[in-house]
Amino acid sequence: MKNQKCKGMQDLLPEDMLRFRRIEDIFRTCCRNWGYQEVKTPTLEYLHLFTATGTLTPSMLSKVYSFLDWDGWSGERVVLRPDGTIPVARLYIDNLSGQELTRLFYVTNIFAFEGTGKENRERWQCGAEFFGGAKLAPDVEIILLAEEVIRRLGLSDVVLQLSHAGLVRALLKELKLSPGEETKMTNRILEGNWQALTKAKSANPEIGRLIAALLGLKGKSSSFLHNVRASFPKASQDFKSSLEDLISITTLLDNLGCSYKIDIAAIHGFEYYTGICFQFLAAGEKIGGGGRYDNLVPLMNGEDIPACGFALYVDPVMKLLPLEKEKKGECGILVKGKELTQEILMTCFTVAESLRDAGYSAELDFTGRKESNYRWVVLVSGKEPSPFVLTDCTQKRPRYIGASMAEILKVVSEG
Amino acid sequence: MKDYQDGYIKLALPKGRFLSPTASLLAEIDLGFQDYSDKTKQYRLRSAKFPGLSAKILQEKDISIQVAVGNYDLGICGLDWIEEFLVKYPAGALVKISSLNYGEGSIHVVASAESGIANLNDLSDGRNDYRIVTEYPNLAEAFALNLRMRRFRIFPVWGAAEAYPPENADLAVLWGKSGADIATQGLMPLKRLLPVTAFLIANRESLENKDLSQILACFSSKLTADLPTEAWQAEPQISIENALDISEELKVSRPLWQAKEINLALPDGHQQAPTSQFLKQAGLALQGYSEEVLSRRPSADLDWLGIKVIRPQDMPLQVANDNFDLAITGEDWLREHFYRFPSSPVKKLFALGFGAVKIVAAVSQEMPVADINEMRSLVQSKFAPLKVASEYINIADRYLRDNHISPYKLIPTWGASEAFLPEDADMLIDNVQTGKTLKQHKLKIIDVLFRSSACLIANKDSLASSDKREKMEFLTQKLRAGLE
Repeated sequence: MKNQKCKGMQDLLPEDMLRFRRIEDIFRTCCRNWGYQEVKTPTLEYLHLFTATGTLTPSMLSKVYSFLDWDGWSGERVVLRPDGTIPVARLYIDNLSGQELTRLFYVTNIFAFEGTGKENRERWQCGAEFFGGAKLAPDVEIILLAEEVIRRLGLSDVVLQLSHAGLVRALLKELKLSPGEETKMTNRILEGNWQALTKAKSANPEIGRLIAALLGLKGKSSSFLHNVRASFPKASQDFKSSLEDLISITTLLDNLGCSYKIDIAAIHGFEYYTGICFQFLAAGEKIGGGGRYDNLVPLMNGEDIPACGFALYVDPVMKLLPLEKEKKGECGILVKGKELTQEILMTCFTVAESLRDAGYSAELDFTGRKESNYRWVVLVSGKEPSPFVLTDCTQKRPRYIGASMAEILKVVSEG
Repeated sequence: MKDYQDGYIKLALPKGRFLSPTASLLAEIDLGFQDYSDKTKQYRLRSAKFPGLSAKILQEKDISIQVAVGNYDLGICGLDWIEEFLVKYPAGALVKISSLNYGEGSIHVVASAESGIANLNDLSDGRNDYRIVTEYPNLAEAFALNLRMRRFRIFPVWGAAEAYPPENADLAVLWGKSGADIATQGLMPLKRLLPVTAFLIANRESLENKDLSQILACFSSKLTADLPTEAWQAEPQISIENALDISEELKVSRPLWQAKEINLALPDGHQQAPTSQFLKQAGLALQGYSEEVLSRRPSADLDWLGIKVIRPQDMPLQVANDNFDLAITGEDWLREHFYRFPSSPVKKLFALGFGAVKIVAAVSQEMPVADINEMRSLVQSKFAPLKVASEYINIADRYLRDNHISPYKLIPTWGASEAFLPEDADMLIDNVQTGKTLKQHKLKIIDVLFRSSACLIANKDSLASSDKREKMEFLTQKLRAGLE
């Protein structure tokens, strides 16, 4: 049989969904515990929402699924949501911007064309966004929330990498490129080509040294940043203020016992970020990331509200989680009919209903296959005086023969 | 010399602008296609020199797509249509072999002289919603995204893009001989996207697996000088890195155009002659629109009436967008529009009685089906998708769905769908006047979808507007009188 699935799309099978739900459940619990509220945005948004900020790279925008809706004669294109944050920022501006602080979270799919066949065109992410508030505390909150989710998922070998979009932009400015060249350089860096930055010739040797130092060294505490500050006293004011911002964040993280690596070049795709950027790697793979994006809400015609957020990438995390069998054994009950007569079928449905009403999961089976992975099996023969045989699967022997419904419930409840 | 089976190598050759220089080139490199000339009436050619080589003459726009899908191993067409394809489908199976060193002009991004747009920075910094009109929607989108334009809408048109700015578009992406030539049309060239030269292209799989060497050798004997720089590329070339230097002397002439109360669109092409006759009959005297004369902005003796000449295919969309209050188009194109945008604010007022055609489904005479029901059974028993060529994509799509044809694949064409059958498509949905052309190409009609003729359409909001109502009624009454 030919595979009929759309190219680049994925089916999530029962086993996948167990892992998916586990991630989602842990993420939801953590977010709620931190005071975040869940939202959902529509699958379709206007294309101009994503072009309006002028922050997404052309290469990212050229991969969106965009089309004209059935009433799109005005040429206004719609897209399958290519990003999680921008729609949530739109939702915030449209509905919630009156609030002083807004903490939101979501579980969503995002769509982007992928031509190599190595990745999916539909991907899932769990994201949290923090609108309003001063800097520093929300930055650290978002990092710690992400860290807690990842810790509770039980992932090992996790690395947190920190960078700062403000620092990168300040470095770019120091190179004093023409506006066209600066855009090109920004695009290259956003796409992960940091070598472009090292190759760029600066008239000022101090800048070259600064770039080399920041790209070459990887700090593990705020001390590294203090060293940078001390070594480059002539750096621009923009650079210094971004550095101060990163120093405050890392100092607080140090004091809270959160370990990380400062790696300016580790992060790409930080299109709309303005301050701290971070990402989590597990077993060498990127499993999540986020940062501060203070300009996004005003660029989308909202008020001047600072914001930060992060997203956990569900697809790579699913691959890292151990396979789990669905656990029916703890309380699952299988109700089997011995024959397919009207009377037996009716009894089976009635028994199963009584069990479900009593709070147990009760599955029906009329195939005669060998049951496994259940706590109890109720065989309905319909023959008086013993219409039921109740088997305790943990002990592999019949426990009660000829039990009444009330007796079954009693035995089951006693375990 | 190795003898290949008939039709082993298939070459797609262009109609139109590149036909004559391509015919000269083929004669020079002696490919054996003596019948490839302006005068030829056939679509299929066989090489007198290479028994395995055959060719088909196609619309240039179709060639890059047909080569990419593998219906042809090699093709010749303009770089504009190649890039229009590659920029959207960079991972596709199209490889540029070499420039053929002929062609004229370039694809430019232009703004109207009135728009106040002086350079590209104005576009990327601006917060305006720019309307871009173009025959090259993919190139236009890539340009807008590369420039990080914040808000833009692209209006694909079948032609006459130069007629839209300034009233109906802010920017156009179009062909022009030179910047100076564009300036004479009242447009400001902002950026040259690419030169329009003819290219030899190949299907990637054919190039990787098939022996095309004899044919390629014929071409390279003429073209070796170019091979090192441009050969064997599959990446789109579009970039925004080199903005065109607009020379100081460039004088952009401004068209004499003032905003008018009522705007009417009239068709060019086949419909121009009967429309001008009809208008004469209706007593509407026009300067610049007759059987022989075409000005994009003809004038009438009604000072409140603005007139523009555009392609009939583009009219319903333009009327829906309030660029025109009234237009004369075909019922076929109106239906095509409604199938795409069911709630569009366009209303058909009345048929004008000329330009009558039938929209039909036709297949090769050899296909053992007499009607669409038999076609359905045939497709079901074959399990292979029915390939349907049509310039009416939405009409064809609706027709195939309504008739439960499954599976099917649509091949969009730019006219002359009959050239696609039987090799590259199984069925066509197209308009016919007499059916003669279909017979000549050994095709038969299996269904008539509907009959269409020219009609007058209007924007619903304009009809309801108290400011416009009186003049709209005056004009429609005048046109209705032409029917009698």
